[in-house]
Amino acid sequence: MSSEIRAAGVPPSGRPDRLDSYVDRYAARTAGMTASEIRALFAVASRPEVVSLAGGMPNISGLPLDVVGRAIQDLIRDQGTTAMQYSSGQGDPTLREQVVEVMGLEGIEAHPDDVVVTVGSQQAVDLVTRIFCDPGDVVICEAPSYVGALGVFRSWQCEVVHAATDEHGLVPDALREVIAACRSRGRRIKFLYTIPNYHNPAGVTLPSQRRTEILEICRQGDVLVLEDNPYGLLGFDGDPIRALRADEADGVIYLGSFSKTFAPGFRVGWVLAPHAVREKLVLAQESATLCPPSFSQMAVSAYLTHHDWQGQIKAFREMYRERRDAMVSALDDLMPAGSRWNVPGGGFYVWMTLPDGLDAKAMLPRAVTARVAYVPGTAFFADGSGAQSMRLSYCYPTPERIREGLRRLTGVIEEELDLQHTFGATQRGPHRGYDAPKPDLS
Amino acid sequence: MTESDQTATRPSHPWQPRHPRSDHPRVLVLAGGLSHERDVSLRSGRRVAEALHGIGVTVEVRDVDAGLLPLLTRHRPDCVVPLLHGETGEDGALREVLELVGVPYVGARPAACRMAFDKPIAKVIAARAGLRTPRSVTLPHATFRELGATGVMAALVSALGTPLIVKPARGGSALGCTVVRDAGSLPGAMVDAYAYGATALVEQLVEGSEVAVPVVDTGAGPRALPVVSIEPDGGIYDYTARYTAGSTEFVVPAKLPEELAAECARVAVTAHEALGLRDLSRSDLMIDAESRVWFLEVNVAPGLTETSTVPLAVRAAGLDLGTLVSDLVQAAVDRAD
Repeated sequence: MSSEIRAAGVPPSGRPDRLDSYVDRYAARTAGMTASEIRALFAVASRPEVVSLAGGMPNISGLPLDVVGRAIQDLIRDQGTTAMQYSSGQGDPTLREQVVEVMGLEGIEAHPDDVVVTVGSQQAVDLVTRIFCDPGDVVICEAPSYVGALGVFRSWQCEVVHAATDEHGLVPDALREVIAACRSRGRRIKFLYTIPNYHNPAGVTLPSQRRTEILEICRQGDVLVLEDNPYGLLGFDGDPIRALRADEADGVIYLGSFSKTFAPGFRVGWVLAPHAVREKLVLAQESATLCPPSFSQMAVSAYLTHHDWQGQIKAFREMYRERRDAMVSALDDLMPAGSRWNVPGGGFYVWMTLPDGLDAKAMLPRAVTARVAYVPGTAFFADGSGAQSMRLSYCYPTPERIREGLRRLTGVIEEELDLQHTFGATQRGPHRGYDAPKPDLS
Repeated sequence: MTESDQTATRPSHPWQPRHPRSDHPRVLVLAGGLSHERDVSLRSGRRVAEALHGIGVTVEVRDVDAGLLPLLTRHRPDCVVPLLHGETGEDGALREVLELVGVPYVGARPAACRMAFDKPIAKVIAARAGLRTPRSVTLPHATFRELGATGVMAALVSALGTPLIVKPARGGSALGCTVVRDAGSLPGAMVDAYAYGATALVEQLVEGSEVAVPVVDTGAGPRALPVVSIEPDGGIYDYTARYTAGSTEFVVPAKLPEELAAECARVAVTAHEALGLRDLSRSDLMIDAESRVWFLEVNVAPGLTETSTVPLAVRAAGLDLGTLVSDLVQAAVDRAD
């Protein structure tokens, strides 16, 4: 009997002993695209028995589906052939005008011509990286940073260098040191990727003084800033915070999204960039997708036109604030000594650091057994560090479920402390791999 | 839509195959569950359902939740194929319930599952049947806590030496398993194993060639399928090596001397019989430098995913996966009659 293992229709390869006939043909950038036991554990988190504090899905149950439904019905009836046709690679002109109005809430003055609509701001990160980064170029990221952006940087073979953060976000001195260290190594820094507001995953927000200082450091160091601001309008206190881009037009590329302020399923985000950069982004967009989806853009535009979208965002803020309060209250009541966490002023996430010696990634199987899930901190560091921390999401579960989830998590941590008491602090190498949940995990 | 509808693929019209054959039983494949191996189980379920569907069997894939028992009562299938990996699926619990409600199923009975799923117990039974299995010690966390971890670990290393492999006593897919080459890394390995369960198996590591040997019995007695040799790129057949297509070299039938292949088959069939298994099992074995075959563990619901070893052996034996599972289903139905 032949030992050849080959799927029907797959051309012959030099590796008939492999279950993937293309195994020798993939690009080097796929090297880390492997199965992960952590991602597999998240499969359990999708079951209703499990309290998932792992996902990042916006809670859109409060959306006026009747209003959205009527708007979409009208759109198809009145402009159906346009909505279902190719459109401009730069994006729908009406929507771009509305995007400028949205950004105006954060102090940004811009022209619709400098906006490029993207397939969620995730694609915006991809397009910016695509036009700026060659393999080996440095991207500076906060420590920790958004796992989806790290995936993009990895796929374009960038070197991610983390700069330290504290309870107020990116530390200016740390940024200075990282820039100097990269330059002394002869590395090309392409941009600083930063989430100034209600950071994913750290939950922190950059204060005004630091914003000024960081812009000045980047100006002096000739480092472009990529400002990712999906949560900027979801602050719980006061008016929206002034964007970095509002104070620096030439040195900042701004990314925005309707995924958290309306709904992620439309996949509509945008880039605001200096004119010359915008030209390249449009060409890159045409190369990637020809154009962002016409239907989605027009549907979002119709929603913004016919609905009190700012009132809806206010309702979202109140809902998320209630959940944030439930999480912080439960953490205060339940967590064992030695645990530390921040109190986010907006957004979706609390970043919790475990007592010394505990490893959130190693602990996840025990948590899944206890029917609670979170994302280990290792997902948010390019070098696989961060094992002592975890991201806790409060955006989706009800306040009661949040407390129950944290009650279970407390039991898990106490069992781990018991193990640590028995075996002492254990050393492990850096964790690597795709440790983040899939985007559709609540 | 139920949770199971969202998470498990099934034909668009439950019970309605593309080319229905009235002589086939209606089959319910159970996949998913709440164990750490849920994702693997879902993959196995999809694969088997597709294979059965392809030969005209009426099949549905379903998760295990509170809706299962009412379904078994209202729309009783002719046979269940339990493909839940890990606890509930392989520890016999689900099969106890299937027996309670009187639905025929493919695979071993609950008591046999309990013994096979527990690696230390399975090793004892295999050893009593004359099989060679690595020397090991089984300990709960409480023992280390009560007697002092330093002393117990020193005794372990003194008695077993290194290298070692530390595993959760129950569970699969190499989850929580760590190779320990120096005593300093033993505490971390223990902690990682206890993350998956209350008891850990500390076993002498047999260096050599890893092979898997499926055993099937469609009514004529257990027989081994061709031996699958496993050579992961990183040297360790861990979760990533198991479920990343292309990252492991499989050779089937393994390039072994005829007598050695026959010995592997004998060991697998002996384990299958000694543990009282039925229908389908997969034994994981090691062949050391002296060509001695070591029994490591046996699986009562072996993985049937796109990267699992059993489907490779099935194909190498000249069999079709759908037909084989269909034959196992028929045997289960006949057994119930």
